[in-house]
Amino acid sequence: MHIEIDEISKQFGITAALHPVSLAIPSAALVALLGPSGSGKTTLLRILGGLEFPTSGRVLFDGQDATALTVQERRAGFVFQSYALFRHMTVFDNIAYGLTARPRANRPPRAEIARRVTKLLDLIQLPAVGTRFPSQLSGGQRQRVALARALAIEPRMLLLDEPFGALDAKVRKELRQGLRDIHDETGLTTIFVTHDQDEAMELADLVVVMSMGRIEQIGKPADIRARPASAFVRDFISA
Amino acid sequence: MSDARLIPFRPATEETPTTRLVLIGLAIGGLGLLVFGPLLIVFAEALAQGWGAAIAALSNPDAASAMRLTLIIAAIAVPLNAAFGIAAAWFITKFDFRGKAFLITLIDLPFSVSPVVAGLCIILMFGSNSLLGGWLVASGYPIVFALPGIILATMFVTFPFVARELIPVMIEQGRAEEEAALTLGASGWRVFATVTLPNIRWALLYGVLLSNARAMGEFGAVAVVSGKIRGQTATMPITIEMLYNEYLSVAAFSLAAVLTLLALLTLLLKTALELRHADQLAAARRP
Ligand SMILES: Nc1ncnc2c1ncn2[C@@H]1O[C@H](COP(=O)(O)OP(=O)(O)O)[C@@H](O)[C@H]1O
Ligand SMILES: [Mg+2]
Repeated sequence: MHIEIDEISKQFGITAALHPVSLAIPSAALVALLGPSGSGKTTLLRILGGLEFPTSGRVLFDGQDATALTVQERRAGFVFQSYALFRHMTVFDNIAYGLTARPRANRPPRAEIARRVTKLLDLIQLPAVGTRFPSQLSGGQRQRVALARALAIEPRMLLLDEPFGALDAKVRKELRQGLRDIHDETGLTTIFVTHDQDEAMELADLVVVMSMGRIEQIGKPADIRARPASAFVRDFISA
Repeated sequence: MSDARLIPFRPATEETPTTRLVLIGLAIGGLGLLVFGPLLIVFAEALAQGWGAAIAALSNPDAASAMRLTLIIAAIAVPLNAAFGIAAAWFITKFDFRGKAFLITLIDLPFSVSPVVAGLCIILMFGSNSLLGGWLVASGYPIVFALPGIILATMFVTFPFVARELIPVMIEQGRAEEEAALTLGASGWRVFATVTLPNIRWALLYGVLLSNARAMGEFGAVAVVSGKIRGQTATMPITIEMLYNEYLSVAAFSLAAVLTLLALLTLLLKTALELRHADQLAAARRP
């Protein structure tokens, strides 16, 4: 799905989290929102997912104005920074949640739900953890379960907030490839937030560098490396 | 092998044997003197003239009416307070708004106001001398010296328990799980029923048990609003006091023993639930 962000701004009281920003994300792209802490990355991602509403500006999905769509109507697969797995449910029930929450009329039958959950567990290469609780998983496993849960609703886009932030370096490298593979397999427009320039440069097709609620530069990793648009970008990517 | 093994070894956080003995002695002594001793005396006094006398005292119509009244009050006030407490805690923890700190203080108000004062406030508001109360009495729905007043007083006194148990738990858990459920397409009510409520159920249970114990035991506020009408508005604690003042010690202590048993029953219920759901309790900890 093609996503367009049109002059979006966001105020929290007197704090301007986002000055008007504009950005077009081509369908099926893998995009990184890169920037230091507090630069407005999470806010922008949450506005796309419908968890936060912009102070001004519009969001367009495939050319249609989506600004007023509720979080449920957006159908965005959202992976939270701390994963936000339902702690009182098994991994299976976590992944099935979005399907069982559908209104009865278009809720798949139980067997179909089970089949899809099993398929997702295979996709994230954790076929045997269905009966466990989130507290019984490692950090990397939790991240993959959160991803499977987001994919279960057959989302129109995938939004991930610092998906690798809480993991150690080795697991992080593995999961990067995992995300790339899942993106390529599903063809979903995918936007992830990171403050790690290596991660953004290595993984993304398109990198959006942000600072203090503004977009500093949008470009392919190689272009940003070769021609940083500002002193900030140059410093940030060489850090 | 090495001589180091022979050096007496004690973990840094462990106290000396003497300190430990003194502390354990204090704990057991304190519990015995302040909790178990009085409890035993209640039962001993109740049965001082044998089971027959105790049972006869409890079958007295006034005693039976007091027990019924106390159970009815708890059955109405506790669920209502649970609902209000959940609503208040939810509102306070899931939304950002001005005056939040003030609202939290307000919830604690019943803890700092004397129950007698609370009772007097209810009389001033709903008594037959007030505008509202006069109208209610005239329409045949008296609040004061009747069940509604007792329930209001009980609810006022027990209001903070549920909200106070829930607020820290809900703050600690944050909003992320609810937000995740919303992005997965769940409606607000569904999120509440399938995510919020299961996550707070233990805190809720403790809050309900505490407020139930207090609801059944409340004396001061109820004494003021009930008018202490025997067989009508006298609850268990009030009847116990009246019987005791009339030197009917077996009757007073028999009723007190029943009140104690009700409290023990709640504790037992809580322990049983904890044992039965030990695995869920462990899993419910923050992953
Ligand atoms: N709910 C909120 N209330 C008030 N200020 C907020 C809120 N969310 C974010 N902010 C502020 O907005 C700015 C951008 O935050 P955020 O989008 O979380 O940045 P990032 O994800 O890049 O670290 C920060 O100054 C932050 O303090
Ligand atoms: Mg962030």
